[in-house]
Amino acid sequence: MLKINNLHVSVADKPILKGLTLEVPAGEVHAVMGPNGAGKSTLGYSLSGRPGYEVTDGSASWNGQDLLGLDPAERAAAGVFLSFQYPMEIPGVPAMTFIRTALNAQKRARGEEEVSAPAFLKQVKAASQALKMDFDMLKRPLNVGFSGGEKKRMEILQMALLEPSLLILDETDSGLDIDALRIVSEGVNALRRADRSMLVITHYQRLLDYIKPDKVHVLAAGRIVASGGPELALELEAEGYDKFLPTAA
Amino acid sequence: MSAAPQIDLTNAETFPSRRTEAWKYSDMKRWLREAPEPSGTALVGAPGPFYDLGGEAIVFANGRPVGVTDFIASGVQTLRLRFISDAVGTGHTAAARIVARPGARLLLLETHEGKGSAYVAHNKVEIDVARDAEVTRIVLIEEPEDAISVTNAEVRLEAGGRYRQTVVTTGAKLQRIETQLSHGAEGADARLDGLYLLKGSRHTDLTTVVDHRAADGTTSQLTKGVVHDTARGVFQGKIIVERGADGTDARMAHNALIASERGEIDAKPELIIYADDVQCAHGNTVGTLDESALFYIQQRGIPADEARALLVQAFLFEVIDRIEDEAAKEVVRAWLTARL
Ligand SMILES: Nc1ncnc2c1ncn2[C@@H]1O[C@H](COP(=O)(O)OP(=O)(O)O)[C@@H](O)[C@H]1O
Ligand SMILES: [Mg+2]
Repeated sequence: MLKINNLHVSVADKPILKGLTLEVPAGEVHAVMGPNGAGKSTLGYSLSGRPGYEVTDGSASWNGQDLLGLDPAERAAAGVFLSFQYPMEIPGVPAMTFIRTALNAQKRARGEEEVSAPAFLKQVKAASQALKMDFDMLKRPLNVGFSGGEKKRMEILQMALLEPSLLILDETDSGLDIDALRIVSEGVNALRRADRSMLVITHYQRLLDYIKPDKVHVLAAGRIVASGGPELALELEAEGYDKFLPTAA
Repeated sequence: MSAAPQIDLTNAETFPSRRTEAWKYSDMKRWLREAPEPSGTALVGAPGPFYDLGGEAIVFANGRPVGVTDFIASGVQTLRLRFISDAVGTGHTAAARIVARPGARLLLLETHEGKGSAYVAHNKVEIDVARDAEVTRIVLIEEPEDAISVTNAEVRLEAGGRYRQTVVTTGAKLQRIETQLSHGAEGADARLDGLYLLKGSRHTDLTTVVDHRAADGTTSQLTKGVVHDTARGVFQGKIIVERGADGTDARMAHNALIASERGEIDAKPELIIYADDVQCAHGNTVGTLDESALFYIQQRGIPADEARALLVQAFLFEVIDRIEDEAAKEVVRAWLTARL
């Protein structure tokens, strides 16, 4: 279970998250929706330990383990995966090499046996087929020159291969056309499992037609201001975020 | 055109200081006020990084030749040129001379294998590339952090001669790797690349002087470097296109990363052009490791040090990828990977 309590995060000394409290039980998918600039990406970065995102108060734990005291790689080994809103390009490192290096680093950290190159190749082939990705893309430097949609697919592919337990998807739908959205969503749905939790961050309701959340939270001005069932997403779609924004005094 | 005064290790008067323009970033006199005592003998020991590639060998141990000092290549040949230093606080000079006869193809695998400590090494290499010959010189340099070394190579290209050079070094206390190359006749082609990876308080200075004295010569240079800690990397590249060297095509790039707060890079690219109808360009960039890429890599589970090494390796491999000889390329990749 993901437990976030009273989380305060500042970026460049500017408070962005201001007392965010949220719980995602194991096996559930929760959506976090909110207007631009609400702090949605900040939440993902804070949980994954990005430098510059300074936690000034509050706590966050995953399955009882405090996340905030771990460095980013330790959090990843503990099961945290962030699918980036804007995935970075890593020149000179072929995607497949990168993912295997990451997988084995996590396995080492957990004291598990590393995966061999041939065994990994098999897994990659199956996973890329499921996401309808051209296998040759995996030989190219990670994300370099990829389109926005290709980068998003590559994120989901990495997620499928790294098998995290806490999945944070930051605007995975942006940059995807309808076909790609369906394929990527199927990929995400295939990862649903009783011992996994997902935090699906999105600005639009559209994604939630494909990835059905158990709960929907509204993040505005750095806090969760409303929570409800899937119907809340539809309500937001119809009425917008206006009523959740701080009223200009 | 000589960038170096003739250094004579037995005479401290000949040690350049930063008052000499070409040595302003590498003040030899500052670190070496007096002539060092001459080094004694040394054992050759381990076979060297390029042993598996076979070929002939020229070996110097503390400056003393173990066999011949000169080599004349004809046909297709491989030569390992090894400068072994195993001295403590003393100095030695070695000189080798290489000739590639017309049409020859020589793979010259040079290693500077430094053991001992606080030694001073002075190495000189003369290379003559005859008409339509090709020399590929790959230099791997590993020295103790308190060593001082100066290596000077003089390369002369005849008509249609081809020369490819890749210098790879991890630096020393003060290290200067100098290459002076002249296009003596038309249609010669040179590639002069360099790579430095410096840690601690190490220093290296890759200096090249390319003199286009004849028409239709081409020169392509790529030097990349990464400095950690308080290390200092120096790149000086001078290309001179003399009157009459029309049709010259010369390109020089230096790209470096400073991977620490206190690392330093000094770069001085120079193009001096007296001819018409030439194509010349140079570029120089100095940056830092991409922090957001670093975070991305760590988010996937790769620890910070490994993440940094991954980015550094990717950055530097571009230079190694330009080596045409596949077997040598593999040795250099492995050598560098082990030192990231
Ligand atoms: N690296 C940063 N430097 C300065 N301000 C930032 C940085 N990242 C985010 N912010 C600010 O934090 C707020 C929340 O941003 P973000 O978490 O990206 O919002 P969302 O993802 O909900 O659109 C915005 O006001 C944004 O300008
Ligand atoms: Mg965002």
